[in-house]
Amino acid sequence: MTLVEEPTAAGTAPEKEIGRARRRKEDARLITGRTTWTDNMVLPGMLHLAVVRSPVAHGKITSIDVSAAQQAPGVVAVLTGRDVADEQGSLPCAWPVTPDMVNPGHPSIAVDEVNHVGEAVAVIVARSKVAAQDAVELVDVDYDLLPVVLDMEQAVEPGADLTHDHTSSNTSYHFVFDAGEAGTGGDTEQAFADAEVVVSRRFVQQRLIPAFMEPRSVVVQPQGDNYTLWSSTQIPHILRVMLAMVTGVPEHKLRVIAPDVGGGFGGKITPTPEEVITLLVARRLGKPIKWTETRSESLMTAHHGRDQIQFIDVAADREGNVKGLRVRLLADMGAYLRLITPGIPALGAFMFPGIYKFPAYRFECDGVFTNKVPTDAYRGAGRPEATFAIERIMDELAVELGMDPLEVRRKNWIQAAEFPFTTVAGLQYDSGDYEQATQDALDLFGYAELRAEQQRRRESGDPVQLGIGFSTFTEMCGLAPSRVLGSLSFGAGGWESASIRMLPTGKVEVVTGSTPHGQGHETAWSQLVADSLGVPFEDVEVLHGDTSISSRGLDTYGSRSLVVGGSAVVKAADKVVAKARKIAAHLLEASEDDLEFSGGTFSVRGTPGTGLGIQEIALAVFAAHNYPEGIEPSIDAEATFDPENFSFPHGTHLCAMEVDTDTGLVKIRKYACVDDIGTIVNPLIVEGQVHGGLAQGIAQALYEEAVYDADGNLTTGTFVDYLVPSAADLPHFDTGNTVHTAPGNPIGAKGVGEAGCIASTPAVVNAAIDAVRHLGVSDIRMPLTPERVWRAIHHGGDGGDRASARTNAQAVDSSEGPSTQGGNR
Amino acid sequence: MTQISVRVDGTPYDDDVEPRTLLVHYLREQLGKVGTVVGCDTSNCGACTVHLDGEAVKSCTVFAVQADGCEVTTIEGISPNGTLHPMQKAFHEMHGLQCGFCTPGMIMASIDLVNDNPDPSEDEVREGIEGNLCRCTGYQNIVRAVQQAAGEMHGRSTAGDTLGAQS
Repeated sequence: MTLVEEPTAAGTAPEKEIGRARRRKEDARLITGRTTWTDNMVLPGMLHLAVVRSPVAHGKITSIDVSAAQQAPGVVAVLTGRDVADEQGSLPCAWPVTPDMVNPGHPSIAVDEVNHVGEAVAVIVARSKVAAQDAVELVDVDYDLLPVVLDMEQAVEPGADLTHDHTSSNTSYHFVFDAGEAGTGGDTEQAFADAEVVVSRRFVQQRLIPAFMEPRSVVVQPQGDNYTLWSSTQIPHILRVMLAMVTGVPEHKLRVIAPDVGGGFGGKITPTPEEVITLLVARRLGKPIKWTETRSESLMTAHHGRDQIQFIDVAADREGNVKGLRVRLLADMGAYLRLITPGIPALGAFMFPGIYKFPAYRFECDGVFTNKVPTDAYRGAGRPEATFAIERIMDELAVELGMDPLEVRRKNWIQAAEFPFTTVAGLQYDSGDYEQATQDALDLFGYAELRAEQQRRRESGDPVQLGIGFSTFTEMCGLAPSRVLGSLSFGAGGWESASIRMLPTGKVEVVTGSTPHGQGHETAWSQLVADSLGVPFEDVEVLHGDTSISSRGLDTYGSRSLVVGGSAVVKAADKVVAKARKIAAHLLEASEDDLEFSGGTFSVRGTPGTGLGIQEIALAVFAAHNYPEGIEPSIDAEATFDPENFSFPHGTHLCAMEVDTDTGLVKIRKYACVDDIGTIVNPLIVEGQVHGGLAQGIAQALYEEAVYDADGNLTTGTFVDYLVPSAADLPHFDTGNTVHTAPGNPIGAKGVGEAGCIASTPAVVNAAIDAVRHLGVSDIRMPLTPERVWRAIHHGGDGGDRASARTNAQAVDSSEGPSTQGGNR
Repeated sequence: MTQISVRVDGTPYDDDVEPRTLLVHYLREQLGKVGTVVGCDTSNCGACTVHLDGEAVKSCTVFAVQADGCEVTTIEGISPNGTLHPMQKAFHEMHGLQCGFCTPGMIMASIDLVNDNPDPSEDEVREGIEGNLCRCTGYQNIVRAVQQAAGEMHGRSTAGDTLGAQS
């Protein structure tokens, strides 16, 4: 497929924009350095903030001496937790997944006790950034050390040390979904009792760091009793509500702006301690305040993702028909609950069955506190973890049965004719064709040749073995449906808002509540509106990320922007056309019913040459000299879209992996995937999203892990140690699409932001294991470092048995894990 | 304070700086050249890459005083206002950026790469920009962009390049 952009002739209606590989409007400022990152902001009299952070993972603060810091050159103020204890409130958690969930409270600056390394204990306000930073060293804090809780499996044992000494255990909540009880499936225990084959595994989802490229930054400008807050955030709208609730600054006195934001990946989805602190300091001092983190601060204190121990059992008959699925998770919350910390594993709960027709399913999850930085959303948020577990164990089931891994999948997956299909988890999958995506992917991959090469290498005893891994996945996207989110105890809805302003010159302003940070909303939304209104792509400007301009919105996460936010834009455009139709009928002296609207022009059916353009109508209602009685002189419109269901992208990902059995080095030989994300608005943007997702999913499989030492220090606290892959570490990707439109929204889109990240990780690990399974390897702990791969090949186990890994998730061979017996622990 | 004389994007400056001031902080905070950004504190990410006397450097590893007497070029100075350098154009054409935070450094590093190697292979591009991290793109479209720009910068035709081509 070759897509070539053709310029639109000035003043003429464009060809259909949806489906066109438009180059991005955003690029003009980004490639020339004319950007508005929050840290670029300079305001008159602005002061700078630096944070004094705890060097210990758990301890009582016995004293803080700030006198030396207060005397330091340029320092204006030093504030401790005690100074702001009465006004800082608790950072919000919007997702109480169970009624009795324990939330220990989350001060922005620790007052009495610190619970993870890097927690704020004081802040310095100074005239320059360097003066503030210099004074950090002068604050003297004494701690009484308390036991450090790091390992989840130890943390849930009776009598374990406590992460918070005011809670009775380290368990925040116990969340259960049982298909039998929910009426969406049979009795899981019975299914296992009756099963001919049961395969059980323990998988470790290591802790990851979102590692957006732009470090977080906050600027607050007080203006009388009003405050404007700029932040490098994904969620300006949610942030405004939450900051109002936490700090008591009235919502209508607070304006939040997300200017250019340099990536998020979920990492900027939560209100942060530093946002609260910067607002409080600006309120107290009446001066503009800026805080910008260093990369080390970011890795140490911005929330992490994943970090689950998964016990998964699958029951099947000898022919390979699956009969039941049982999952028990330990999910690391870290020390505190941030905005949706507890909900991440709950989001995954519904995705473990994947694309397979399990008749019975039971899921249980313990949210566990440890003395580490909190976890929260990271690209995929619950769904990559679920997809990994099911796609890994389908391979293990195939091995147990002596079947081809693709054959086991094919035998159990939902057939194209069965959509819409209600799963054992109660979700209604909307559309798709798993067989077609798989066949296309196999063709793109060159499957037969690679299998033949694998065979040759095996027979010749080549030290470099080849393996092939599958991931046939689906995900739930477009978060949204407000009623469903309500039923899951989520604290907000999932609708999205848009409005369209028709300017007198016929130009169009589109206001969206979905706030981008690299996704290309300005371009894609322009394409949507150009088609709906029949105006040139260039005549559309998309406004976002400022609560004064875009007053209603729920922001960007969960692959929701196009599906929900884009749909709101289309709905608003439809309303503009409907309003313009009344004006057109009046001006053309025709009945509304006789008008047709095409290419931006209303014309009277059967009367050539009677056209009136919607852009001319915009001028006519601006002048308002001549418009019908009983209607307002405006064709502007606003819409809120709240779909009734999620959307369910799916796809087949294939990885061929070379494993050097002498050194343990793995190298991706070929990667091909075919994704079905419904309607494609901009194939260039879609391809970019898939590439970026693949890179992050592959990075989990091969490179990245946040590691803590036995004292709770993050030992991967810089980009020297936390291995975000470079161009040289990643392969070329061969990508393709099938298109089955989503029935639940007017665009037909399903969402693409997370697909690559969710699908790729198990494909990569399955490929590596397939290369060396004949050497006795049945699991390798992520990330697949050469050391772990070598150990797994030469010493058995999953290769993860090394000191530095034990604090995250104690090394236990899969076979030694406790079995999940219906929740008896 | 130490006095330095530098030309930045063609404009001469005489300024007093602290000896410890990094070039990137001088550019951003004293000159307002905020097109160049800071992405890490260990010289791994390359977001701050500029040209010092025509060679790519990470401006977080250079003290401002080391730039005394030098010519510094940032992303804001590689093309006259209103025009695009072939590398900027190629990043746009090939969708070689998403959030755009790494982009200034990535473009500056890529120009230097292509100056040294007028016709880099895919592997040579990947190796050549491995000091610059991007979290959004997975690099594939950056590689395409660098190869397209290399062709244009060295007078080769780029006709027939596929854009947004899947596979």
